[in-house]
Amino acid sequence: MHVSLDIEPADRSSFLGLQKDVPKVTPPSPKISPQTLWMLAVRDQRDKAAFASLFDHFAPRLKGFIMRSGTGSGQAEEIVQDVMLTVWRKASQFDPARAQVSAWVYQIARNRQIDMIRKEGRPLPDELNENPETEPDASQIVALEQEAGHLKSALTKLAPDQREVIEKAYLGELTHQEISSQMGLPLGTIKSRIRLGLQRLRHELKDMR
Amino acid sequence: MKDISYHTPDALLAAYAAGNLPHPYALVVAAHISLCVECRVSFEAHQAAGGVVLDSTEAVGVSDTLKTDIMALLDAPVISKPVHKRSGIYPGPVMEALNGKPPRWKSLGLGVRQSIIAGGADGNVRLLYIPPGQAVPDHSHNGLELTLVLQGSFSDETGCYGAGDLEVADQDLQHTPIADAGLPCICLAATDAPLRFTSLVPRMLQPLFRI
Ligand SMILES: [Zn+2]
Repeated sequence: MHVSLDIEPADRSSFLGLQKDVPKVTPPSPKISPQTLWMLAVRDQRDKAAFASLFDHFAPRLKGFIMRSGTGSGQAEEIVQDVMLTVWRKASQFDPARAQVSAWVYQIARNRQIDMIRKEGRPLPDELNENPETEPDASQIVALEQEAGHLKSALTKLAPDQREVIEKAYLGELTHQEISSQMGLPLGTIKSRIRLGLQRLRHELKDMR
Repeated sequence: MKDISYHTPDALLAAYAAGNLPHPYALVVAAHISLCVECRVSFEAHQAAGGVVLDSTEAVGVSDTLKTDIMALLDAPVISKPVHKRSGIYPGPVMEALNGKPPRWKSLGLGVRQSIIAGGADGNVRLLYIPPGQAVPDHSHNGLELTLVLQGSFSDETGCYGAGDLEVADQDLQHTPIADAGLPCICLAATDAPLRFTSLVPRMLQPLFRI
């Protein structure tokens, strides 16, 4: 089965239009999602009320996500606790122009699930040294959230069996051989997202060296 | 560093992002991402897709005490583990596996050296040091073999691999990598099964060197 999540070029023009709509004087832009605003408040102000809002949004989803792989309710809540505490403690590593909050939380959750199985834990790439002067502006954050939004609506429009393949892949239930034979590399798909990210990363790497 | 020409295949990156790549491969992929902007971006795109799946997952109610428990722990002191960063030619994930220490090389003869940095039931990862003009001992492997060049370069039947390049060899490939002229070639190689050497003497040495 080959699944494609390609984003239509027509969709893409909409976020170019959006950038014009971002007010110049009032950062943060109202177009930025509440989750990202909460996460930034946690990162920059150590805001516990914002963290409580993040909990309300993510904890039940995380629990559902973890239980889908067959983990029982009690243990799933223990993992949710570890993940949410890591969100609080490692908030300084959150970069809204590189990852939407759910992507960042997803990665923490998968790391935690793997750490519980293996004593070595998962090998992680070197962190990029962020240059504080390249702090993203609101339009970059909005653009990235738009990409994630397009991907989400593409996912909901898939036939149920196709959607299941993608979900299984990201739940960590498919081997790389299965991904390569069943997904038909659908994720070469988030092509516009990749291009966006590339520009910014190239810029950062130039600053690093 | 010259441009990287050989990258991590997308299926390996997706499996790595989803946390379902055997440990030896995950280590090499993490090391390649540390060196390669293109693959870092693809990796982050897979994380974005994983985030979308998480966000679309049906919520399951949590117990009443979970939130208050967590809120009460926010100010608790945390002991953080030291993170081993990149050192010289060795990316962070390699330094992590080496526990922050330089590799301990063992001679395989003819100037070729190796250092096993991770190993277990699901395969092993080793550093190889190959002087210019020398060949990696003739071998075949049971499953997939990933080789990331950290210094110098090597060539085999499939191409020339320089620093940052990742060679992906499946079990059908019988290849003889030879280090090119210039700096000694240092690479990171992962297999999911013990290597089988095709000539007699190395096969006898195999249990001795764990190769
Ligand atoms: Zn690459």
